[in-house]
Amino acid sequence: MIKLRLLIISVIVAGFLFSCGYDNYDEPGSSFQGRIVYQGEPINVSYNDVFFQLWEPGWELNYSIDVTIGQDGSFSALLFDSSYKLIIPAAQGPFRNLINSETGSDTILINLSGSTTNFDIEVEPYYMVRNPQFSASGRNVTGTFQAEKIITDAGARDIERVNLYVGKTQFVDFRTNVVSAEIGGGDIADPNAISMTVTVPDLTPTQNYVYARIGIKISGVEDMIFSPVQKVDL
Amino acid sequence: MKKFSYILIMLFALSWGCNDDSFLDREPTNILIDSQVWNDKALILSIVADLYDRIPEYQTIQNWWNYVDFDEGFGSASGDYWRHKNNDWGYGEWGLWNYDLIREVNLFIQKAESELTDGLEPADKARFIGEGRFIRATLYFELVKRMGGVPLILEPLTYDFSGDATYLQYPRAKESEVYDFVLSELDEIKNDLPNDVNVKGRATRGLVLAMESRVALYAASIAKYGATTPTVTLPGGEVGISASLADAYYTKALSAAEELINSGTYSLYQENPDDLSQNFADLFVKKANNKEVIFVKDFKLQSGKVQPFTVQNQPWSGAEDLEGGRLNPSLNLVQSFEKLDNTFEPFQTMSGADHIYFDSPADMFDGRDARLKGTVIIPGSKFKGKDLDIWAGYMLADGSIITGDTYGARKELPDGTVAQVVGLDGPINSLEFSAQSGFYCRKYMDPATGSGQRGLNSEVWWVRYRLGEVYLNAAEAAFELGQPSKAAGYLNVVRSRAGFTIDLTASDVTFDRIVHERKVELAFEGHELWDMKRWRLAHVVWNGEAVSLTTDPGKADAVSTRVYGLWPYKYYEPGSPNDGKYVFQQVLPVEVTGADRFRLGNYYSYIGDDIRNNNPQIVKNPNQ
Repeated sequence: MIKLRLLIISVIVAGFLFSCGYDNYDEPGSSFQGRIVYQGEPINVSYNDVFFQLWEPGWELNYSIDVTIGQDGSFSALLFDSSYKLIIPAAQGPFRNLINSETGSDTILINLSGSTTNFDIEVEPYYMVRNPQFSASGRNVTGTFQAEKIITDAGARDIERVNLYVGKTQFVDFRTNVVSAEIGGGDIADPNAISMTVTVPDLTPTQNYVYARIGIKISGVEDMIFSPVQKVDL
Repeated sequence: MKKFSYILIMLFALSWGCNDDSFLDREPTNILIDSQVWNDKALILSIVADLYDRIPEYQTIQNWWNYVDFDEGFGSASGDYWRHKNNDWGYGEWGLWNYDLIREVNLFIQKAESELTDGLEPADKARFIGEGRFIRATLYFELVKRMGGVPLILEPLTYDFSGDATYLQYPRAKESEVYDFVLSELDEIKNDLPNDVNVKGRATRGLVLAMESRVALYAASIAKYGATTPTVTLPGGEVGISASLADAYYTKALSAAEELINSGTYSLYQENPDDLSQNFADLFVKKANNKEVIFVKDFKLQSGKVQPFTVQNQPWSGAEDLEGGRLNPSLNLVQSFEKLDNTFEPFQTMSGADHIYFDSPADMFDGRDARLKGTVIIPGSKFKGKDLDIWAGYMLADGSIITGDTYGARKELPDGTVAQVVGLDGPINSLEFSAQSGFYCRKYMDPATGSGQRGLNSEVWWVRYRLGEVYLNAAEAAFELGQPSKAAGYLNVVRSRAGFTIDLTASDVTFDRIVHERKVELAFEGHELWDMKRWRLAHVVWNGEAVSLTTDPGKADAVSTRVYGLWPYKYYEPGSPNDGKYVFQQVLPVEVTGADRFRLGNYYSYIGDDIRNNNPQIVKNPNQ
C-alpha cells in the first residue's frame, strides 16, 4: 500500500517536473547580431539613442520589435526564426539610409534561420571621425581627430559643434561626462586637424584613468556620431 | 368539480388581478430617456457639466506631481524622486487619443441641435449647442497640442456590424487644419454665449476670445519657430505648419486678445494694492469679486467635489494633517523673478571669499518681483499666519555644518549646549515633505483653516483661463508682428500689477522677455510644457547635459535640465557680529541625479501601435 502511494506521488512529481515543457512556448532562440557600418567601419553612437525596428509580416496586428544600437554600433537581439523587415526609422542616427537593392526602398529583408552573428547594416553617415588620438599629460586629456565629410551631395550638412567628452565609466557622451570641451562648427579652422583639451577634475572615488570620446554634432540631426571610447591613463 | 372551480378562480385572479399597463410598464428610476432629458434645462446642464468636468488636462492642482516633471519644481515625496532621476521622457508621455469622449460630445451636439430641444427657449438651445461645440473645440485643441494633426470627427460614428470597418477609418488632418477648425468653431459660437463676468464655470464670450488668442498664438509660434526644427514635420502636414501662415495666426491672436481686453468685461485682480504679493496669491484663491478669472474648474467644500492641493503641499511645520510639502519650487524658477529695476540677477551668496549675511532669510528675496512671494513660500515668511522654519543647519566659521536628519532635529553645538539644528520644514535631503529645494509652493494654496485636512480638502478653483495670460498673449503676438511698443504696453500692465514701477520701452521687448514673462507669471498654471514645445525651445533648454544652474535667468534658451535649491544656514560663530545670522548655499538636491532630455520625438506624442493597427491610415509622428 505504502509502495503504491509512493509510486503515485512520484508519478505526480515527475508529471509536474516534465509538464513545463508541454505548457510553455519555446523561447526565441536565434541570435541576431551585427553592426551599423559605413564601408565596414562601425558607426559609433550614444547609448540608448539609436534604434531600428523589426516587423514580422503576416500577422493581423503589427507591433515592431525595437532593437537598440550600442555605443560601438553593434546590436543583438534574440528572435524566432522567421522572415523580418528591418527598418531604420527616418531621423534615427547620424546617417542616411541606403536604398536596398532587393526591396527598392530602405527596407531590408531578413530571413532568420538559426543564429546570425555578423549582420552588418550599411548606412551613409554625414561625417566620420577619423584617426582619433587621445593623450594625457598630467590631468589634461587631449583629443585630436579629423572630421571627414562623407555626404557631399545636396543632402550635405554642416557640423554644428564637435566635443571631447571625458567620463568615469565606459558610457561617455553628452549625458555622462565629468568634463567636456567644445568647438563650434564655425570655429573649426581645419577639419583635418581638430584638437581639444580638457582638464580632468578630481574624481571621487579616485581613479587614475578616464574614458574619452570625441563626438560630432551635425546640424539638423539629433543623434551625434562618435569615435570609439578609449581608456586614457592619467 | 370543486378542484376545477378553484383552478378557474385562480386563473381569473392571475389574468385580471392587475392592470398590466400600470404594473409592468414602469418608469425606470435609473435611466432618463432622450425626450425627458432634452426638454429640461436643468438636466441638459447636468450633462454638459459632466462634459466640462472631463476636459483632459496635464498639469493641474489635482496632479501636483506633473509640475515637477520639468524644471519648475522638485517633488519632495518618496514616490516621485524618480522624476528627477530619469533622463528621457517616453515618446508616449502626455499623449492623448480620447475619441470616446469626442463621440459623446458629438452625440451631445447632435441631440442639442435636433428637434428634441425645440421646447427650450431659442437662446438656451443656442447656448447649449455652443457649449457642446466649445467643449469639442477644446478637446481638439488638447489633441493637437499633444499629437499634432488628428482625424477631425465631427459627428458620432456608428459601426454597422458588416464586418468591414474601413469606412470608419479617417486619416489625420493637417496640424494647421485642426487649429483652423478650432478657431472657426470659436468664431461661430461666440455670439451664442453670454457675456457675463460672473459665469466662470461655463463657456462665455470672454472665454471664447481668450481661447482664440491662445489657440492662434500656439499655431502661429509653431509656424514660425517650427522652421528651426525642420525634422519635426511630416510630409503630409500632419505635423508642422508652414511658416508663411505665421503672421495670419499672430494677427488673429492679437485681435482676439485686444477684443477681450478692450471690451472691459474683465480686469486684472487688484483688490489688495498695498501688498502686491498677497494680491497675486489671492488672485487664485479668492472667488469673490474676481474679475480677472475667465474660466475655471470649480470645487465646493462638502459636496464631494474638492481638491487636495493644499493637503499635499502645505508647509510641514504648520501642516494640519500628516502630509504636505511635496511641491518645492526650484531655484531655477525662483531666480527667474527679476529685481524691481527690471534686471536679472541670480542670488548672490558670497561676496568674494566671505559669505553674505542676512538678519532674516527673507531679506535675501527682497527687492524682487512681487509675484515671487505670491508664487513661492520663501524661508522666513508665513503661511496661514504661522512662521515657516526653513533652514538647513548651523554653518560654523570653518565651513563645516551641523545638521540633523529629522524635522527640527536637536544636537549638541560646539559650546556644549543642545539645540535645534535644522528647521521644522527642513530642508533635509531625501526626507519627504521637507522643503528640499528650500521653498514651498504658494500659488493655489488655500489659506482657509481646515484646507490642509484630508477630511475637508479645499474648494479653491483651478483657473484654466485668466486675463493675465490674455495680456501676455497680446504682447507676444504684437511683438512677433513687429509692434514692440504695443507689446511693451501690454507687458507693462501685467508687470505694474507685479510691483514694477519702471516701464519697459519698445526697445526692451525681446523674445527672451516674452518667454521670461510667461515663465514667472504663469508658473504652476500648466503652461510650461506647451509653451516650450511651441517655441521649439524644449530640446534646447532640456538637452540632457548635466550643467550647473544658469547665471543668466533672463535668457530663454539657457539650459535647465536639473532642479536646484537654495538653502539657508544659521551662521555659528559666538562673539562674531555675524553669529546667528543667515547665510545661503546653492545646492543640487541629492535626489536629483538625472538630467532632463527632451528628444525631438517628444514634440509630438507617440500614437500607439494599437491605434495604427486599427486604422492603418494614421501616420506615425516624426523622430520616434
